[in-house]
Amino acid sequence: SRELFVLTYGALVAQLCKDYEKDEDVNICLDRMGYGIGIRLIDDFLARSAVKKCRSYSETADMIAQVAFKMYLGVTASVSCSSAAGNEFSLILDKNPLVDFVEELPAERASLCYCNLLCGVIRGALEMVHLAAEVTFLQDRLKGDAVTEIGITFLRKAEDRKHKRN
Amino acid sequence: APRADTEKTFSFPLDLVLRVHDERVVVAFGQRDGIRVGHAVLAINGAEVNGRFTADGKDVLEFLGNPANYPVSIRFGRHRLSSNEKLMLASMFHSLFAIGSQLSPEVGSSGIEMLETDTFKLHCFQTLTGIKFVVLADPRQAGIDSLLRKIYEIYSDFALKNPFYSLEMPIRCELFDQNLKLALEVAEKAGPFGPGS
Repeated sequence: SRELFVLTYGALVAQLCKDYEKDEDVNICLDRMGYGIGIRLIDDFLARSAVKKCRSYSETADMIAQVAFKMYLGVTASVSCSSAAGNEFSLILDKNPLVDFVEELPAERASLCYCNLLCGVIRGALEMVHLAAEVTFLQDRLKGDAVTEIGITFLRKAEDRKHKRN
Repeated sequence: APRADTEKTFSFPLDLVLRVHDERVVVAFGQRDGIRVGHAVLAINGAEVNGRFTADGKDVLEFLGNPANYPVSIRFGRHRLSSNEKLMLASMFHSLFAIGSQLSPEVGSSGIEMLETDTFKLHCFQTLTGIKFVVLADPRQAGIDSLLRKIYEIYSDFALKNPFYSLEMPIRCELFDQNLKLALEVAEKAGPFGPGS
């Protein structure tokens, strides 16, 4: 049930806020948890969607925004490339189910990236298909920005598969 | 299909020639009645042997050389691979797979997908995350491609989603074993023309 999932996520963030004083620590924790999910979720995604290998960063970003987001969050994001080098992308989330019941961040939690788990998930998933990336929230409606925007920066060329332990 | 073990009662002297190989007692000569050259002694008088020794610690060849121990019932069959042996063979295949990809005259080879012999076919499916699923089947068995993809789903459901399963470790998840067994049964029943035949 979608509600239970959203409420569980909220409870998770609330508990982390009790455990850690600094917003930055909560953000790091969420990212780490997301990473642990991402490295496993990727195989579920590949097994179920049976998609072919992406041949470019642009294809990869599209895959995340259109297929993966749809499969796991029920929404799609729009993608745009934000660098001439072709390795930086921005995903704009129009609807974000995770914040369905959250109006705005409390004053003392102004730097909290509420959905930072998502960044970790994307980062972990990409790593398992041999793509290193930095994923962060560039804008957040919860913080008063106009849109919610996730930035993905692909770091270096996909490593040669034969060197990987798998 | 379950492995075909053969259990027979023998009187002295034994008409099979046995020798020790890899710490096991195997048939060297005298193939007959389902007992093949290369089969190992699996059990004596119902008790499973421990390598080249009986269950109670006696040397198997010595035991079988003594007329006082006859008549004796011996179970022969192919020895089961230990976990270590399986790991070794899988590592070797992993290396062959890598060599295969490099030998390809074309860029971006998929790597070894199938290895065919007269007695079996080995099918391999490598995921985009680098995990390889290997299935050994009868050469005439169809539907292995869809079986491999089904196994990928089962792995991602019952191994990966199990919070207590650590990545890259042997999978000891009950649900995984159960669902895998089910998928294998479905594939086997499908016969030579795929599911629905």
